[in-house]
Amino acid sequence: MLLPKARGTLSEQLFTALREEPGTAVVLDAAVADDAEDRAIALWASYELHYRGFEDVDDRWEWSPDVLRVRAGLEEVLESELRERYDAHRPERTSDRVEDLAKDLFDYIAAHDGPSMARYVQTDATEAQTMELLRQKSVYHLKEADPSAWVVPRLPTGPKAALMELQFDEYGDGNPARLHQHLFERGLEAAGLRSEYGAYVDEATVPVLESNNVQSFLGLHRRLRAASLGHLAAFEATSSIPSRRMAQGLERLGFPDEIVEYYREHVEADAVHEQLAVRDICVPLVEMEPTLADDVFLGAFACLDTEDRQARDLLERWGVDA
Amino acid sequence: MSAQPADQPADPTSDVTAGRPVVEERPTIVMCPEGPMLLRGDAVIEDAEGNRHRTTRPVSAVCRCNKSATKPWCDGTHKLLPKKLRP
Repeated sequence: MLLPKARGTLSEQLFTALREEPGTAVVLDAAVADDAEDRAIALWASYELHYRGFEDVDDRWEWSPDVLRVRAGLEEVLESELRERYDAHRPERTSDRVEDLAKDLFDYIAAHDGPSMARYVQTDATEAQTMELLRQKSVYHLKEADPSAWVVPRLPTGPKAALMELQFDEYGDGNPARLHQHLFERGLEAAGLRSEYGAYVDEATVPVLESNNVQSFLGLHRRLRAASLGHLAAFEATSSIPSRRMAQGLERLGFPDEIVEYYREHVEADAVHEQLAVRDICVPLVEMEPTLADDVFLGAFACLDTEDRQARDLLERWGVDA
Repeated sequence: MSAQPADQPADPTSDVTAGRPVVEERPTIVMCPEGPMLLRGDAVIEDAEGNRHRTTRPVSAVCRCNKSATKPWCDGTHKLLPKKLRP
């Protein structure tokens, strides 16, 4: 993948610097960003250095203090906006007993009300809209499960083993042909879309980039490990039924089996994963470290909120009442 | 071979190491409140019609609400049921 297109002053400066030799003196300041879009693509690219990198960027930039400094400035904005929105949606727990955490977390996720993109695809979306959705979704699905993988070494025994049990299934149970990222690649190709990693980043909407950034942010900061796992739990717990709707919508529109199969796989897989994420990962972690309970909900909210914003933005763009 | 101290019964479900939290052996079958039955390992399930289904993943979720469209596997449908009708 090459560096994406700059979307403003900051991303222009950052990407220009990244094309130079590492060590080149760079003075970058997150405050010069023009707007949320400029911040989102700059942060997205600075995280990408930790995943697969860019063909036109020297890998040594990954740990450049200059890039890390600008990244930290962007994360500050991301985190304060996220926490501000979370403050308006904190869970109303009747107790903070860890015995109630699984129920409270499932209830919190179920009570969240947002626009359903899957329901729209199931019954109404056009082929062109669905193709656009797949391109937008590819930004995450081609690195599906990767942001949670950063958390593994940061966990105590029980939650660590449980997270690996879940991730092992995400990564195909040892079979590359079953790797979820790969299933999506095959689905994109069959649907006539590009499948290479990062293919559609240049057309990614701001909410899509922000959703991606939130996952990397939570995954890469050890202090937010519980939020990363809360995000995972909410993601899995809002996947089975929507995935079935997506599969039905894709079939309605005559999409090829490969992409339908990707969603069918998620109906069953995520019915398992949501139980593991809540009961075997989040609950045992909070049992060991009770102060992390609120972070689990923060992460769950981050998932629900960013998914809503992606859906609302696309539906509005298409002139659909969300 | 060392003998088990009399005051510490051999318990296959726990692995207690002094000074460390107890890590319990994980169960093979788990009944999730209001949700599916989790089943770990390879198994063949015979459904009510006598059809056999082999598990395809390390942990499988078996439908308990009887409303799944992908029986015997859970597809999350229990969440659409009123709480009273959930397993």
